[in-house]
Amino acid sequence: MQVTLKLFASLSPCLPPGAVRNKVDLEVDSNTTILGLLDSHHVPREKCHLVLLNGVFHAPEERDKVALKEGDVLAVWPPVAGG
Amino acid sequence: MGWTGKVLRIDLSNGTSKSEPLNMEWADKYLGQRGLASKYLVEEVDPKADPLGPENKLIMATGPLTGTCASTGGRYSVITKGPLTGAIACSNSGGYFGAELKFAGWDMVIFEGQSPKPVYVTIFDDDVQLRDASDIWGKSVWDADKYIKSTHQDQMIHVAAIGVAGENEVLYSCVVNDLHRAAGRSGVGAVMGNKNIKAVAVRGTGGVKVKDFKAFMDATNAGKKVLKDNAVTGEGLPAYGTQVLMNVINEAGAMPTRNGADVQFEGAGDISAEAMAEPRRTDGKPNLLTNQACFGCTIACGRISKVDETHFTIQNKPEYWHASGGLEYEAAWALGSATGTNDLEALTYVNFICNEQGIDPISFGATVGAAMELYETGVIDDKVTGGIELKFGSAEALVQCVELTGKAEGFGKELGMGSKRLTEKYGKPELSMTVKGQEFPAYDPRGIQGMGLTYATSNRGACHLRSYTVASEILGIPEKTDPLETDGKAGLVKAFQDATAAVDSSGLCVFTTFAWTLEDIAPQVDAACEGNWSVDKLLEAGERIWNMERIFNNQAGFTAADDNLPQRLLKDAAKTGPAEGLVAGLDKMLPEYYELRGWTQEGVPTNETLERLAV
Ligand code: SF4
Repeated sequence: MQVTLKLFASLSPCLPPGAVRNKVDLEVDSNTTILGLLDSHHVPREKCHLVLLNGVFHAPEERDKVALKEGDVLAVWPPVAGG
Repeated sequence: MGWTGKVLRIDLSNGTSKSEPLNMEWADKYLGQRGLASKYLVEEVDPKADPLGPENKLIMATGPLTGTCASTGGRYSVITKGPLTGAIACSNSGGYFGAELKFAGWDMVIFEGQSPKPVYVTIFDDDVQLRDASDIWGKSVWDADKYIKSTHQDQMIHVAAIGVAGENEVLYSCVVNDLHRAAGRSGVGAVMGNKNIKAVAVRGTGGVKVKDFKAFMDATNAGKKVLKDNAVTGEGLPAYGTQVLMNVINEAGAMPTRNGADVQFEGAGDISAEAMAEPRRTDGKPNLLTNQACFGCTIACGRISKVDETHFTIQNKPEYWHASGGLEYEAAWALGSATGTNDLEALTYVNFICNEQGIDPISFGATVGAAMELYETGVIDDKVTGGIELKFGSAEALVQCVELTGKAEGFGKELGMGSKRLTEKYGKPELSMTVKGQEFPAYDPRGIQGMGLTYATSNRGACHLRSYTVASEILGIPEKTDPLETDGKAGLVKAFQDATAAVDSSGLCVFTTFAWTLEDIAPQVDAACEGNWSVDKLLEAGERIWNMERIFNNQAGFTAADDNLPQRLLKDAAKTGPAEGLVAGLDKMLPEYYELRGWTQEGVPTNETLERLAV
């Protein structure tokens, strides 16, 4: 199934080739979890601060339990803020 | 100490100035800057005064930590009755001006009356002069800065000036210091223009004394370590600036887009922090050159950018081929998402013009967004806009608008009134995205519910900086709350409002609170100032300040009915993203908020509350 991975700020170097403007579409197995996808791209776990699946925040303890679905968008940031 | 203990009072009508002692009883209750200067304002200005009349006053105020070695200790605020809102206004700025004012020996400067002719004011330590400004009236902030430094042959002078927008009393004109730091909101620049003050130039050769030097060094060094070790203030803000939020808020479905019709902007990635750092296709160089710090700041979130020289905005204007203040998140949002425009170079140029002419980019961009909706729905046409094809997404139109607004020429004159007056004029007040007449900034309350209550109750009209619950609701600072929930938000908003009022009164930057709590700030204030400044005392001062501002507004004629949001946010559900189907649940939060504040359900502080806080 296809999902979209978006990695921002200092995490963007973890995106695979083919990514355009912080975003890449990926083919993944149907039982892939949030954490599984991030691990497979070597995104340092301790840097995954803001993890939004379809815009909704998922806390660290949920990330190895929530399986991705077709068309999901996973967007991840290190600790950032603004105002 | 911390305070210099001296207030400079300038009577513009008579051209005189005098020094008076700071009211230390008030300083003990209101700390400094926002709180203390607001106390002077509410004591001296009739809440019903015309903001653009000689009876209004304009105060430039520092905090006790301004000019010290505390990190970010360079802030000052401009306090007045705001012409955009008719409410109390307090706009905070960084740069170097505030610290220099302190070095010159002044906690605050109170401008009263109205000068019969344009002047600029020089404050060189104790030497205060009102000088003829006819050579720079009609010129930009940047020209005024250059003129003053060269006239007085001193590059160390720091200047806070208005551009032509302030001279023309554009209702959201700002006071710009150090070329591109601004006391931005509520039209404080129009008040300065109305008083015929083009600029205030300061040069100080003194220092700032603190109560306990050793304790102060220990506390400020500990504070700096916390900022350095924190991933947000130590890495995120210096590298990406506030603009890193562009993608965050868009993904979270809380990005007010095209005058708030949508909550996600398809062009967000094109105008984000990440896009600013990418090499451009045209010249291979990035928009962002470097970051920059305000006085004494160890975070350095500021952006310095350069527009592509071949871009249509500046290809024939070499005077803009230099580096200057780049896009911060709020400006990028207002000029970009609110108008549906994704041309990063155009937004950067428009931001330059806002700095140069002294225009608040938030209210300007949001007003252009409202005007674009009026145009696209056929309410106004080319005849009204003077031929500007005011379509959402048009960078050309945005550029034409900014060039006319400061000068108050053509359609720019109408834009300069702000979206409330503009949409009312054309019979569509519901298209104004304002609270108390001030445009709301870059967070849609349908996707971040706490911000709905924040905007509705902000004492200076819609504002994110009065209680930045985004920190908790989206960013998880200090702890994560659900942005789509209204439960618990009344308490969250009140806590943020009180703490922020204290920080805004200290001389420190509110961005420190991404890492610091009041536990980090209280020892720094206490080591500098007499008065046993504990966390509790700071919070109580913050709550007192909030109530004092509220009373001023109530006396100015505001009621609970003004603690409201645009109908669009209350009636039209978000169309996409996590908040799809949701409206702003203000009615679920406001009664509880009043109760927590110790106010009646009419939004009036009870006698018991006022006695408890000794307002
Ligand atoms: S954090 Fe940013 S805005 Fe605040 S003082 Fe530092 S550079 Fe200025």
